Amino acid sequence: MDNLKVLLVDDELEFVSTLAERLEMRNFVVSTANNGEKAIESVAAEPPDIVILDIMMPGMSGLAVLKRIREERPNMPVILLTGMGAGCAVADGMDHGAFDCLTKPINIEDLIDKIGKAVAPAGKRV
Amino acid sequence: MPSKKRFKRPFFYLLVIPEEVTGPRRYAIIRRNILILMLLITLVPLVLMAAINYHQYQSALKAEIVNPLKILVNKTKHSFELFLTNRLATVRFIASAYTYSDLADEPKLNKIFRVLRQEFEGFIDLGLIDANGIQVSYAGPYDLKGRDYSDQVWFQQVKVNGIHISDVFMGYRKHPHVALAAQHLTDSGDFWVIRATIDTRRFDQLIASMGLDPGSDAFLLNREGYFQTASKFYGQVLDHCDLCVPTVSYEPTVLQRTDKRGQEVMVAYAFFNRPDFVLMLVKPVGTVLKAWYTLKSELLLVFIASVVLIVLVVLRLAHVLVSRLQTADEKRELAFQQIEHTQKLSSIGRLAAGVAHEINNPLAVINEKAGLMKDLIGISSDFSNKDRFLNLIGAIAHSVDRCRTITHRLLGFARRMEVQIEVLDVNELLQETLGFLEKEALHRNIKLNLNYAGDLPRIASDRGQLQQVFLNLLNNGFDAIKDSGTISIATWEKDLDTIGVSIQDNGIGMSPETLKHIFEPFYTTKKGTGTGLGLSITYGIVKKLGGDISVQSKLGQGTQFVVFLPKKAAKENEGA
Repeated sequence: MDNLKVLLVDDELEFVSTLAERLEMRNFVVSTANNGEKAIESVAAEPPDIVILDIMMPGMSGLAVLKRIREERPNMPVILLTGMGAGCAVADGMDHGAFDCLTKPINIEDLIDKIGKAVAPAGKRV
Repeated sequence: MPSKKRFKRPFFYLLVIPEEVTGPRRYAIIRRNILILMLLITLVPLVLMAAINYHQYQSALKAEIVNPLKILVNKTKHSFELFLTNRLATVRFIASAYTYSDLADEPKLNKIFRVLRQEFEGFIDLGLIDANGIQVSYAGPYDLKGRDYSDQVWFQQVKVNGIHISDVFMGYRKHPHVALAAQHLTDSGDFWVIRATIDTRRFDQLIASMGLDPGSDAFLLNREGYFQTASKFYGQVLDHCDLCVPTVSYEPTVLQRTDKRGQEVMVAYAFFNRPDFVLMLVKPVGTVLKAWYTLKSELLLVFIASVVLIVLVVLRLAHVLVSRLQTADEKRELAFQQIEHTQKLSSIGRLAAGVAHEINNPLAVINEKAGLMKDLIGISSDFSNKDRFLNLIGAIAHSVDRCRTITHRLLGFARRMEVQIEVLDVNELLQETLGFLEKEALHRNIKLNLNYAGDLPRIASDRGQLQQVFLNLLNNGFDAIKDSGTISIATWEKDLDTIGVSIQDNGIGMSPETLKHIFEPFYTTKKGTGTGLGLSITYGIVKKLGGDISVQSKLGQGTQFVVFLPKKAAKENEGA
């Protein structure tokens, strides 16, 4: 999974920067975005291999971002993050085509495991 | 006004449902009031109608019986009077038509007597008595010539009244007789008396002509109560009557009496104008009112049957009504409690969800920072106190984990109240629910046997509601077992559409009787502590989610609850 391009989207700057640093230490190429608009720009400008997307963000919500990504890049895997358990549990999230959903705080090993499964060609789940 | 108020109060009291009284007494009062009211409004008219009917019919029937009796007595009385008046008129005619010397001449008197007997039946003898009361001449079977009547009552009466009819007396041949006497006044102021005797066979004929049935009796009495004719049941001629002489009434009158034989009888009577006789007609009431008695017993039977039927129906109706009322009240109370409970939980839930969300984000930052510190220490080989720092970071991570558990639980609790179908893993949910009971299990040394199916498919259901179901069943199990007992939990895929969850304990178990009522609301074996609602709510939720729940239990061996849940949400119940 070396040099896998990850786009990390969350409005919590401290969280984004720290998680980005930790992923980089594990040989991921991480770019970040602090809101939905920047995330969509980023996806358009330099498409990542996977997007880690927070659901609850001011302005454009994570689910809206997900919908846009689905429209433009149907095959791009997305993992949702949420501070609220219900956000993940809503079966709707699955219908939007996200690969999985994790509740914060997350375990980095779990996240890497999910990323690995999401990008593996055979592991594509709908 | 006050009297009207007082009148209204008892009815008002019966119609009011006592709000201040609660519990079984309330329903006892309602039942009693309904019973009293319904019995009043049904039985009072019935009793009134029966009474009126009874009275009305009795008087109608009596009138129908009394009137013929009166008519008969009146007719017979007239016949008697006619007979006596006729005979007296004959005697008076003789007294007027013949001179003293004619009548004093015995051959002549005998001739007159012969003619008399030819024309008029019943004459026994005929005699002339002078003003001194001495029998001057006599025609008849006895030798009465020269007899002195001057000191006899009847002679004095004839002197005063001009005529006399005697009571019945026994004559020479032991035949009852009646004497008739008429006075003849001469122009000079002297007088003489013609006296004739008639037998009373004619009386008997008149009574026989009344055509009485064998149970009835008719006879003549004088005013002193001595029989003037023989009675079938009450005495012979000149005996004294036990049916005392009734109050004087010249009109036919009917009385009801008990005779000397103890029989209820109807007595019809009428006094004669002259002589002083009373005609009595005695008829047993039994014969008279036989039809009435039959009808009365039939009426009584119908009345009693109606009353019994009404009372039974009213009792049953009151019972059904009050039971319905009680059930409705209990359901309302239960619904009210559930709403209250739901509202309480949902406001707590919203608060919990907000708090959990706000805490989770900074918690995630702490988690990442600590993680980064660990990463950094991990890659630097010359970090002093490396182990100590790693331990400290481990402690931070552990605390973050604890916080996360708490917030997840809060979130789970928050979601419980919102009916929300989501895709969930039942194994995970069971494990999460067991988390609530972990401490108790540890404390009581309860062994947990977990047999989760590894490949159990995720199902669409309501997480919160299911959690409540599992929690209720687990709590039940925990309550049933002793310390160091065993709870076994198993999950499996039953078929293409259904999964099964079994929660089993090796506790005290239940009797078949308890088992029968186990899912009924308000049924509890935990006297004093249970609400009796846990398993009924559980049942309700499972049914609402489109599933099924069953229970098996044996006293002393334990209980097994099996819940079947559909893999897909029960759509028909979503709108409710």
